[in-house]
Amino acid sequence: MESLTFRHTTKTPLAGSKPQAITGVVASGNLEILLERVLPPDTCEVAIETPVSGYGQVWEAVVADFVARAQPGGLRISINDGGARPDTVSLRLLQGARLMEA
Amino acid sequence: MTRAKTTLAEILASLFPGGHAVTVANGLIAGDGPFEGGRLRVIGIDGDTPLGIEGALALAGHVLDAVRSGDRAPILVAVDSDSQRMSRRDELLGLNECLAHLAKALLLADRHGHPTVGLLYGHSAAGAFIATALATRVLAALPGANPSVMDLPSVARVTKLPLDKLQEMAKSTQVFAPGLDNMRAAGAVHAVLDPAAPLGPQIRDLIATLPERDGRDRLGRERGGRPVAEEIAATVAGQLRGR
Amino acid sequence: MAGPDRDRLSWYEASARQRLDALLDPGSFTEALGPAERRMSPHLPLFDLPRAFDDGIVVGAGVLDGKAVFVAAQEGRFMGGAFGEVHGAKLVGLLRAAVAAKPAAVLLLLDTGGVRLQEANAGETAIAEAMRAIVEARAAGVPVVGLIGGRAGCFGGGGLIAGTCSRLAVSEGGRISVSGPEVIETNKGAEEFDSRDRALVWRTMGGKHRRLIGGADAFCADTVAAFREAALRLIADAPAFDLDTLVAEQDRLQARLDRFGDCRDATDIWARLGVNDPDAVPAMDTPAFEETVAHLREATHDAR
Repeated sequence: MESLTFRHTTKTPLAGSKPQAITGVVASGNLEILLERVLPPDTCEVAIETPVSGYGQVWEAVVADFVARAQPGGLRISINDGGARPDTVSLRLLQGARLMEA
Repeated sequence: MTRAKTTLAEILASLFPGGHAVTVANGLIAGDGPFEGGRLRVIGIDGDTPLGIEGALALAGHVLDAVRSGDRAPILVAVDSDSQRMSRRDELLGLNECLAHLAKALLLADRHGHPTVGLLYGHSAAGAFIATALATRVLAALPGANPSVMDLPSVARVTKLPLDKLQEMAKSTQVFAPGLDNMRAAGAVHAVLDPAAPLGPQIRDLIATLPERDGRDRLGRERGGRPVAEEIAATVAGQLRGR
Repeated sequence: MAGPDRDRLSWYEASARQRLDALLDPGSFTEALGPAERRMSPHLPLFDLPRAFDDGIVVGAGVLDGKAVFVAAQEGRFMGGAFGEVHGAKLVGLLRAAVAAKPAAVLLLLDTGGVRLQEANAGETAIAEAMRAIVEARAAGVPVVGLIGGRAGCFGGGGLIAGTCSRLAVSEGGRISVSGPEVIETNKGAEEFDSRDRALVWRTMGGKHRRLIGGADAFCADTVAAFREAALRLIADAPAFDLDTLVAEQDRLQARLDRFGDCRDATDIWARLGVNDPDAVPAMDTPAFEETVAHLREATHDAR
């Protein structure tokens, strides 16, 4: 298992006030994402546990793209990966952010 | 060190030095013998026999007869079984119902005042283990007993891990490794008896000190084979009761 | 919007959390030991396997049509919904709490391949603890109702837990057995059971066969709404846990063996039960199947 953590500064906090959400399932080619509104409003942290080693740069790019698009300030995002493809990861991250905005 | 397992005949001779009426047919054990001024009922499985639909119903029938009698005599469940019988016919006719029925019969007998004591003296595995020995109030074993959920070669097939790696892990990781020591560490087996001493007094002592509640998760924590189950169950129960 | 979701949401396709959200009265669910507490398996990392924040089971309290209920939902897609140490202990804790709290029912959304082999001893023991706790809850007057229709089916020790419940609702996709098709084939050969023969799997272990022989008490279309309606009906009509019930179950199962013990295939059993066209059963829609079941006395009983 490989652990990765990325910390970003955002321009704005994520809209909404939902404290917590979870989406996805840890299964082959899938992942689960736990989102918690526990950080300062200009900060986002994404922590990943993955059984597939050596893809740190891909994760870094996917997370940076998500942060730029969603501006998820205030969120600690924790990921249990089951070997998801980058497009699945992006989709789930945006899904998770939408749940928190609800 | 592996010890030779105790045979059913040796167990019965030790339990009932004055003789008994316990018989074995098709691998199924049934009968009783004099015990502590009353009697001890015995059911079980002998000879590494797989437990199928007919066997489960036959054993359950003996247990329900005991409950109907109202005598509150202790019931010893002696087990040297294979796993559940693996066949199309058994599943077609509802093996899950038959095995659950046997477990329920033992749990009902317990509720009706029959002390239920498991005695594992050979192999047992999977559904047969759950329906018999694991459905008693207190489960004892004799050295040489060999319970498992699944043998390591089968675990290797299912988990796609190399057998030699699993064998290496089994030495240090009790939670998945087969065998009596590991099942004892999980809290499933309460006590290992001394085969050199008479069994009657040892069974009597188990009955005299039956656990009030299901303490298998506490044993699992104390013995290190199931480190977190007790605390997890207690936390969930606490959060739900606190509502 | 729970109403329309409930009608459309496929039980088979939904996740454990989606099933609970749509099954219960909107907004009523409170989770115990939720994902943010991160009580994950202490054992899976040894096998280099990913963990889930809830270890593959969601437990808690909610409201079903105004009634307070306890619920547990297994996630069949995580490790096949199998029982590990944390997973099993969460179910056991829920059931033990039910004995004291006496909710109107405990609903078990079973979706499991049985014991998680990486934590086999913990999983096996937890199943035994859960069965004891189910019996204690039933004896305390709390119905325990199993709902089965997920991807993983209900196999191994899960099948024994199902057989311990007061009542069971099952859909077409909800297979119930002890040994799964692959396990039988691996141990006894493809002549005994060809696990790739999907029609054989459904006939032998699937929801329709279980309902026809009385192995389940309700048959549901594959929607959350259908399971909700069945759960409400079954809660209101749960057998007691006592000697009479178990003697009746002994007689019921013995009669099944006497009557059908020489049958080779489920269709032989269905014919002997009195189903007019056994070969038509697999393709029947839910209303037609319900109509068929209504004529069979074996299917409906209090002997569980």
